[in-house]
Order: sequence, then C-alpha cells, then structure tokens
Amino acid sequence: METHNHPSAIEPYGGAGTGIGGVIRDILGVGLGAKPVMNTDVFCFGPLNYPEEKLLEGTLHPRRIFKGVVSGVRDYGNRMGIPTSNGAVIFEEGYTCNPLVYCGTVGIMPNNTCFKKVKPGDIIVSLGGKTGRDGIHGATFSSIALDKDTEVSAVQIGNPIVEKKTQDALIQARDKGLYNFVTDCGAGGYSSAVGEMAEETGAKGYLDRVPLKYPGLTPWEIWVSEAQERMVFAVPLSKLTEIMKIFERENVEATIIGEFTGSKRLELYYGKERVADLDMKFIHEGGPRFELIAEWKDKENAEPGFVSPSNLGESLNKILSDMSVASKEWIIRQYDHEVQGGSIIKPMQGATNDGPGDAAVARPILTSWKGIAVSNGINPRYGMIDPYWMAASNIDEAVRNIVAVGGDPDKIAILDNFCWGSPNKPEELAGMVRASLACYDIAVAYGTPFISGKDSLNNEYVDVSTGKKIAIPGTLLISAIAVVEDVRKSVTMDFKAEGNLIYAVGLTHNEMGGSVYLKLNNAIGNTVPKVDAKKAKKIFDKMFKAVRLGIIKSCHDCSEGGIGVAVAEMAFAGGIGANIYLDKVGRNGDVNRDDYVLFSESNSRFIVEIDKKHQAKFDALFKGMEISNIGETFGDKLMVYGLDNRLVVSEDINKLKESWQAPLRNP
Amino acid sequence: MSKKAKVIVIRTAGTNCDYETVTAFQLCGAEVDLVHINQLLRKEVDIMEYQILAIPGGFSYGDDVASGKILANEIQYRLMDAIARFVDARRLIIGICNGFQVLVKTGLLPGIDGIDKKEYTTLFNNDSGKFEDRWVYLHSSSNRCIFTKGVKGQIYLPIAHGEGKFLTLDKKTLDYIKKNDMIVFKYVNKNGELAGYPDNPNGSTEAIAGICNPGGNILGMMPHPERFVTKYTHPRWTREKLPEEGDGLVLFRNAVEFAKKKL
Repeated sequence: METHNHPSAIEPYGGAGTGIGGVIRDILGVGLGAKPVMNTDVFCFGPLNYPEEKLLEGTLHPRRIFKGVVSGVRDYGNRMGIPTSNGAVIFEEGYTCNPLVYCGTVGIMPNNTCFKKVKPGDIIVSLGGKTGRDGIHGATFSSIALDKDTEVSAVQIGNPIVEKKTQDALIQARDKGLYNFVTDCGAGGYSSAVGEMAEETGAKGYLDRVPLKYPGLTPWEIWVSEAQERMVFAVPLSKLTEIMKIFERENVEATIIGEFTGSKRLELYYGKERVADLDMKFIHEGGPRFELIAEWKDKENAEPGFVSPSNLGESLNKILSDMSVASKEWIIRQYDHEVQGGSIIKPMQGATNDGPGDAAVARPILTSWKGIAVSNGINPRYGMIDPYWMAASNIDEAVRNIVAVGGDPDKIAILDNFCWGSPNKPEELAGMVRASLACYDIAVAYGTPFISGKDSLNNEYVDVSTGKKIAIPGTLLISAIAVVEDVRKSVTMDFKAEGNLIYAVGLTHNEMGGSVYLKLNNAIGNTVPKVDAKKAKKIFDKMFKAVRLGIIKSCHDCSEGGIGVAVAEMAFAGGIGANIYLDKVGRNGDVNRDDYVLFSESNSRFIVEIDKKHQAKFDALFKGMEISNIGETFGDKLMVYGLDNRLVVSEDINKLKESWQAPLRNP
Repeated sequence: MSKKAKVIVIRTAGTNCDYETVTAFQLCGAEVDLVHINQLLRKEVDIMEYQILAIPGGFSYGDDVASGKILANEIQYRLMDAIARFVDARRLIIGICNGFQVLVKTGLLPGIDGIDKKEYTTLFNNDSGKFEDRWVYLHSSSNRCIFTKGVKGQIYLPIAHGEGKFLTLDKKTLDYIKKNDMIVFKYVNKNGELAGYPDNPNGSTEAIAGICNPGGNILGMMPHPERFVTKYTHPRWTREKLPEEGDGLVLFRNAVEFAKKKL
C-alpha cells in the first residue's frame, strides 16, 4: 500500500497514475518478485461542491482533483491488467487542499522465491524505463508542506506499458532463476535501490551508461531521479546472456550499470570521473536520530442538542446521499475489476449488480478454489475525537469486512498507512502516537499481524494570505487481506429471499461520536465507537463458523450509518424490503433514542439474513453472545418500528436506492 | 489416444487477458502455447503447427495511435502470408476485446475481400465516453460461426473496454455483414430485446457485439467469454440457480472440437 498525495494535489492524473505504478513495482520487487493479482484504491477528497471562492490560491478544485485521480488510476491500473476490486472514497473538507491517494496491490509468488541475497561480483542490471529529470526530489517534496509555488517537475511521468513489459520479463526471469536479487526504483531512484542492495557488499556504478530520456542530466540527477518503471537486478555473470535474451525478446530495455563488489563502499563513476565514494556503513547508519515531542490533550466537543425526529426516513435518505456513503459505481465500473478471470465476489453485487459489497474475493490461480479476500477500514471523523479509537475502529472495520464475506479471521494480515500533518507539532504527533498504540493493542488481540505499512507526513498546505499551514485530519487507512479456503462458500450482502430472519450480531452502544448522522446534524460529538477486542474476536470466530455451515444467506458489515444504512443497502441490493423492530435490537441501556439505535456506528456488528429453518442452529452457535433477531425480509419497503413500536421509517426501497445512487451518478 | 488440438495464444506488450484465455482452452482439453509476437516475427514458431489462434484482450502497445493498431500493423505487414494460409486451411482465429480490435485493423474481419483492402469496420470510443466494466446479455444468432455452433438465444458475459462501439464504413458493408449471417452477437436486454444504454454498453451500430468472417472461422467479439467459464464468476452466483459451467466456455469447446475433427 502506497500513498501519492502531494503529486496528486498538483497534477492529479499523473500523480495518481504513478501512485499505482509505484505500488505495483513494490510487489514486483518483493522477494524475487511477485505477480500482481489485485489492486485496491482509497481516495480522500474535499467536497465536490466546494465553493470556488473559498479555494486557496494555487489549489485545484476538489472536483478536478477527483476526476484526475480517478482517471489516472484507471488508465494505469487497467493497462497493467490487474483487477481493481476494492476501495473507498471519503469526502471531507479537510482534504480540500491536500487530497489523499492510497494505492495498493496484492501479489502472489511461489514459496521458494521469497528470499534474496546479493553476491559480490553480481552485475547490476537496470530494466525498464529510461531516466529523465521527472521526479527529481519527488521523495523530499512529498515530505514538505505544499504551497502555491510547488513545482510540477517533482511529479513523475508514468508509462504503464513499459511497466507491463517489465513485469512480464521479470516473472519469466524469476521462474528460470536468473538473478539473485531484485528491487524497485521508487523514492530516491537508483540511489536507494542500489544503495539498499549493496548494503552488505558495496557496489560500483557507471552513471554514464544509464539510458536517458534526453541528454543533459548531471550525474547526481541520474542518481536520484525517480523516473518510473525501473527495476534493478543483481545478476550472476554466468546467467547474464540468458537473462538479457529474455529482456530483449520482451522489447524491454536492459542496461548494465555496474557491479556489486566486496569493498563495502559505494563508488560511482561518470566516465572516468569518480563522482561519489561513500562508506556503506555511513549510508545505512549515518543518519541522525530525531527526537520529537508529542503532547496529547483530550478534546471536549459540543454534544448535539436535538431530539430524535419522528420520521427517520428522511434522515436515512440523507445519510445514504452523503458523498462518503453514496454509491461509487461511476468509479468502480471504470476500473476493470474482472481481468485475470478470477473475480468471485465483486465490488457491486445483488439483483441488478449494483449493491455495495464488503470485501472483494478473488481466486488468482484459476485451477484452484483457494482465494483471497481484501478489504479496508478508514474513518477520519473518529480521529477528530480520538485517534486511538479511530485506529481501533479501522482495524475492526477492515477485519469485519473480511469476515462478512467468509474470510478466515485466523488468517488475516493487516497493513497500516498513516497520513498526517507535521510531526513537529506536538499535538499532531500525539495523534499518531495514540493511533499507533491502538494498532498494537488491537492487532495483538485479534491475532492479525501487520505485514507492511507506510506513512506520509507533512500533509499540509500553506495559505499564503495568512501564512498558516492547514493540515489534513490525521488519517489512518487499515487494509486487510485474508486467505479464503474455498471461494465457493463466499457470502454477499444482498437480501436473498422474502420471509427470512434478520439478525443483528454484536451490541449497539450509544456511540454517535464522529458518525455520519451527527455530521448531517453539524456535530461531531464525543462518544466515538470503541472496540471490545475480546468480544469482537469471539464474534468473528462464530461468524466464520456460521458461514462455513452455509447458514448465512447474506451478511453486511455495520459501519457508517449503522443498522439503518446496512439494512437499507441489503434491501435495495436484493430488491427485497424488510420490517425492523428497534426494541429488539440488542443494545446497551444508555441507547434510548430511535435515531441512535438506528444510526449508531458501534464496532464489531453484522447484519445477517438467515432462513427460518436454520434459526435454531444459528441461535445455538451464538449461545450466550449478543445476537438479536431484529426483523424479517418482507415486501418492497423498509419499515422500521421505533422503541415504542411506532413506525419511524416507511420507505420504498427504490427510493432509498435512488437517494444512494443519485449523488455520484454523473459527478 | 486421440491427439490434442493445439492452440497458440499470441501476446505482446500490454496484452493482459492471456492467462485466463489459455486456461479456458486448457479446460476444453487443448494443448496451449502462449507465444510472444516477436517469436513469430523471428520465425522461431510456425503458426501452422496450430489449429486455433487466439488474440486475447488487453491494451496492446498501450493502444497508442488507436486500439490494437500497432499489433495489427505487425501482423498485417510481417505475418499476413502465414496468417492467410492459416485462414485458407480453415483453421480458427478468435480475437477477444483488444484482439477483436486487432482483427478489424488487420483486415481479417469482416473479411469481405478475403483479406480486406480497407477498414470496413472499426471499434470506436464508447458513447459513454469512458472505459466500462459491466455484464451484458448477448443474443447469438449466426449459423455461420464455428465458435457459436449450438449456441441459441441468450448468453451473459462481461465487457470491459473503452473503445467498443462497432461501426461500419457504410450501409453497404452493414448490409453485406447481415446478408451473409456474419453478426454473431448482439447486445440485448434481459428479455432478449434490443435496448439502449447500458444494455448496449457502447452504442454499437445495431447493437453488434461480435462478428465473424464469411467463412465463419474467424470470430471477433468485445465481450469476454474467458471470464465466465465457471458459475462462480457470475455476478449473481450467490443468489441465482446457475449451471456449473459459465456461458463463455462453449465457445472454446466448439473451437477445440472443430479442430480435433480435422486432426
């Protein structure tokens, strides 16, 4: 998982495209190289209807950034032939000057290609793109605040077909065992690629041999350029002819740019001139250690002062129309989510292929029924109250999305991706510290290892009129991946038939803090959703058992908009209505308002549809746990009865669907 | 023991539906080789060793100039003699998505002049102006196409393209294609009727989704049969009763059976 925030702020199309290009190379460069099999993208933008006159000098309108980013990722990802099957889009005012673009890729590789080691005498071969001035200082520019004078030349220029050729050639060479080491040229270009590879050996590099896009680059520019689509190999001399033959047949440029030595020094030449000679130990351990100060202060937000409206149908429609909740079909359909032929649970599902799925499931090997499930959890509004519970909630969301489709909770790995403001500000850094603490606590409790991660700091924009730096809301994306033993047992979220029972699994608390419902009432509140990790883990395990027993007709995770949104989505995706009784919802005593029961965003909850004939089995499985039969599927309306049994929602499911689809139908 | 039909799947820079296309033919019992165009251009591989040739989907050479154009030129100017012999021997060619775009640009489809002297048909930008991935209903009616033998009525397949709007040079071309039973697939709605967007996802003339040559041994189509060979890739397999086999597999099986008979 990678971020490409600053490039996407100033050149959305190119910035986002090279974001996905870069993360794909990470997969190509892991171990001896993996084959990319799925992409996932998460974007955070300012509101699309942001008033022009409020835009700061030098920033692009969120609508322009949105369209550029979507098409940049589309054109790169589609051309690479990797299905984009999962993602999320968040709209918040705090991202107006500094959008977030997260790009992720999943890869698979044979067990015996996981480890790699450079040997002295190996030849350094650069494969793929030529080197130009694009992306010089890309890494450093990503780590300072943007302002109106930030230059576009720091953004890299992508060419997906060069990358596809590089991938095809790399996988063939890997399968023939023709190299000892491979890594991608990312931030820092050759300097970090060769620098990392040569840590234990040392290397000699001949910069004048590097193929250039155009003449005139100085040696240091060649060394640090972040030009795209380049992979660096360590090839034993005995295999050089064979590997070069493969590269040549695939029409992909390969150049010998040096060799690994045993000197433990980095020596660079440009022609006869020695332009660098550094000790490897200094390169790797010479960096000074930072000491930064973090200081956490509890915040007290105003509690909303309104009473539960008598008609919650209107609120439900409004939540469904919130940009962050609304259908993303316009984006999803522009991404090929079925290439490679293994798409099992698609991002859009239900009677007319347009309901919102939880996690994506695919089988990357077409001769096996074993597969993977991929999901994400992100909710910056919780972080505005407490980053600790934001992180906990995001992990919970990513994990329960996996569980909702039938992924094995014991085989989940997660990734963290921090996007924050300046770590030099004690209160910003404190947010990150709080989030990190939760990452540790919850990951240990759930048994979900963090297998990778990244951070992008200084996501700030300088307002020249005031000199003030505006930071994004501290944002943590958690991605999850799980093994699915048999993809044919997967579950989707659309109601399947009338007359089935609807259960809420997990307890509903008074946790309105940071919810969409409060957002629409112009409040944030304080009661951020928490995680009871022990209880949650039990729920996940039982849910997995229920899926394996085949008694779950449909299952949807309860997140933004709570039970109300989950049931509405299941209903209009399946084309089947429901009767819901709020007094039956298993809840904590302090939830005593209809709107809070319906829209609270408590974690570790699922809405589940089961056949009546399986009720006894289901109840027995969850014995002693917090499940509640909250209604049944019926008709073509969503009817919700309040705590006093009064009708509080009576909405045609097609109307609810329209509310959900309209906002981003033609953005 | 009966011999296996041999299939050559051609790939080049930007090809990306090769793996699933190879797998679909293998499921039908064929022996499949995935071959880079350079191996053909350098005569390292002889296509006459094969009975079926497939050009899979993707973005060959990034679809620069126009979709499929560069690969089409390589075939047209450097391989056409061999391909013409292949076609004359009534061996089979299928082009899917980008492969279809390649076939119309080489003059292999519609094949009005044998190998066409001009581009009678083309695949243009979708009316929606964007790349789209969605499932479509297809009506199959041609008696001429070898790949769709026995396929009557409706099938369901995904499309994923930005340039799939089928256009003919003039009415004469369209009439020729119709008269000679060369329209293999038309986009229809769930009830089998011609309909507008999104049932016809790109605005194709007469909702044409795939055509064959007059000989019926070359098929070009925008939808992806290789993506629906098992029911578990159907978008509604969790809610509908479906046969185990996906609608797309029959096309590959027909080709393999036809080729085997000629062995």
